[in-house]
Amino acid sequence: MSAAAPAGTETAGEDEMTARFEALVGAGEAVEPRDWMPDGYRRMVLRQLAQHAHSEIIGMQPEGAWLTRAPSLHRKSVLLAKVQDEAGHGLYLYSAAETLGVDRADLLDALHEGRQRASATFNHPALTWADTGTIAWLTDGAAVINQAPLCRTSYGPYARAMRRVCQEEAFHVRQGYDLMRALCEGTPAQKEMAQDAVNRWWLPAVALMFGPPDTEAGGADARTAAVGAAVSRRAMAWGIKRHTNDELRQRFVDSCVPQAERLGLSLPDPAIRWNEERGHHDFTPVDWDGYRRALGEDTHWARQRVAHRRAAHEDGAWVREAAAAHAARTPNTDGDDIPEARA
Amino acid sequence: MNTTTDPAANTTTDPAVSTTTDPGGLRLDPGLAVHLLRLGDDALVLGQRLCQWITRAPSIEEDLALSNIALDLIGQARVLLTRAGGLDGTGRDEDALAYARTDREFTNALLTELPNGDFAATVARQLAYTHYAVAYYEALGGCPDPELAAFGQRAAKEVAFHRLHADTWTERLGLGTPESTRRMQRGLDLVWPYTAELFDEDDVVRALAAAGTIPSPAPLRPLWERSTTEVITRAGLTVPTPAWQARGGRTGLHTEEFASLVAELQSVNRQFPGGTW
Repeated sequence: MSAAAPAGTETAGEDEMTARFEALVGAGEAVEPRDWMPDGYRRMVLRQLAQHAHSEIIGMQPEGAWLTRAPSLHRKSVLLAKVQDEAGHGLYLYSAAETLGVDRADLLDALHEGRQRASATFNHPALTWADTGTIAWLTDGAAVINQAPLCRTSYGPYARAMRRVCQEEAFHVRQGYDLMRALCEGTPAQKEMAQDAVNRWWLPAVALMFGPPDTEAGGADARTAAVGAAVSRRAMAWGIKRHTNDELRQRFVDSCVPQAERLGLSLPDPAIRWNEERGHHDFTPVDWDGYRRALGEDTHWARQRVAHRRAAHEDGAWVREAAAAHAARTPNTDGDDIPEARA
Repeated sequence: MNTTTDPAANTTTDPAVSTTTDPGGLRLDPGLAVHLLRLGDDALVLGQRLCQWITRAPSIEEDLALSNIALDLIGQARVLLTRAGGLDGTGRDEDALAYARTDREFTNALLTELPNGDFAATVARQLAYTHYAVAYYEALGGCPDPELAAFGQRAAKEVAFHRLHADTWTERLGLGTPESTRRMQRGLDLVWPYTAELFDEDDVVRALAAAGTIPSPAPLRPLWERSTTEVITRAGLTVPTPAWQARGGRTGLHTEEFASLVAELQSVNRQFPGGTW
């Protein structure tokens, strides 16, 4: 929207600026880093970008733990490529966040100190090899549905990062499905491992990848739904979000049911059935209060994920310090190429 | 693992290098199979060690770089193991070789199995290996077997990037802070006694090289010494002159830590007998 930035911006009042901003976003124009934006918008985009970036790098852990144990060299290569993609996504997204005037090192500090969080999805343990396939199929599948609309999100750098992320995520889903198909076509013990993983990852995918309910359709009580709806409305008005959490959740369930049938796996929700009238699958509403309690930040895995990140960061501090010191002494570099330079 | 100060000490592998044809019409060459299995095990085991770094690297960029390098190494291992299985008459595929052998049957050089240590030790191991591997794969690129030559050329290009990564970090750490200088020097000192084995010749290699089938790594050692010395000197560090050199990996005599590396590598595969992946 830079072309539309009015001359004499300095003299325009805050309300007028906000009105112009909202009109431009409403017209589907992209917001670029140098454009004026309301503080609330900047905070909301930054919060979402940071959480998304953190989720990519924390999300490397459950699958990364299986790299050394992948049961064939083909699967080891595929998993390496996937975990590598996730590191890349983290980098795109931290870079997009940096266009809002923050520093990656500060965002990582916030993650390590618990001031910012990654998606709670990854606070579940990956207990078997089949978990790697299930994570790729279900949680990356959920991510694709959740993130596809973000390719058109109003903040330009975020939208551009997401176009690359989504292409790669879609590939991960296919790889995950392929891994699960191999297990389901294998020995009974392999299929049992696949079903066990799906039983454990279905709820995290349905619940956590889409966030709390923001309509009563999500099964929340009226008050919870109203709170969610208010947040979603604001994000949608600013073009940060394009759909409610519950719309996207429904889309996910509808896409998974036939895939699970083809695999011969059951989804662990006896209420799933086709509803002719709605043209969608019914499913059990998430018991948010119960789930939140079970998943409190104080769980073993929530702590473990952050502790693992923090340990890597602290162990690597001397390396980053060395790189920064070397770059500062080397002609033609100013240290800008050294990431997380402040150890 | 045996330790010796005699650089001429060599292995006693059966020099069965005659080329025959199996009943299925496939060309067999047990000697070449032995050699390619060694190269494949080097790549597989080093790749496995690098996998242990992922999510633990000093920066996200390094998680990315190390996983990229590991991916190349596993890719090279797959080609080499597949070829070795086809040449030795057993018909074993890449996974049969990676997952169904005991640790005593692996023939990687000890260097590639050394535990990661700190980032400097890993960089030192990468420095030693990549300078050797680029030189060897470039030489292999000129061998008469077109498939193997093409592989050598491709692998040399891939490992040249890994070498650049190792060179760059050796220099950054060597010239970084007092702590990084100390750690980088310690990494080199730790790794250097395991480098001579990369260039060893035994009867198998000598016979293959004499027949012109593959190049021997032995003549590449002076080139390797020059190129690593150049990097280490540029990094302000001292080239180690170890009083002893460890050998044994090529004949299946490994470090104690190697058994757990192999156990981890094979654990899921072995838990599901008859499994397909």
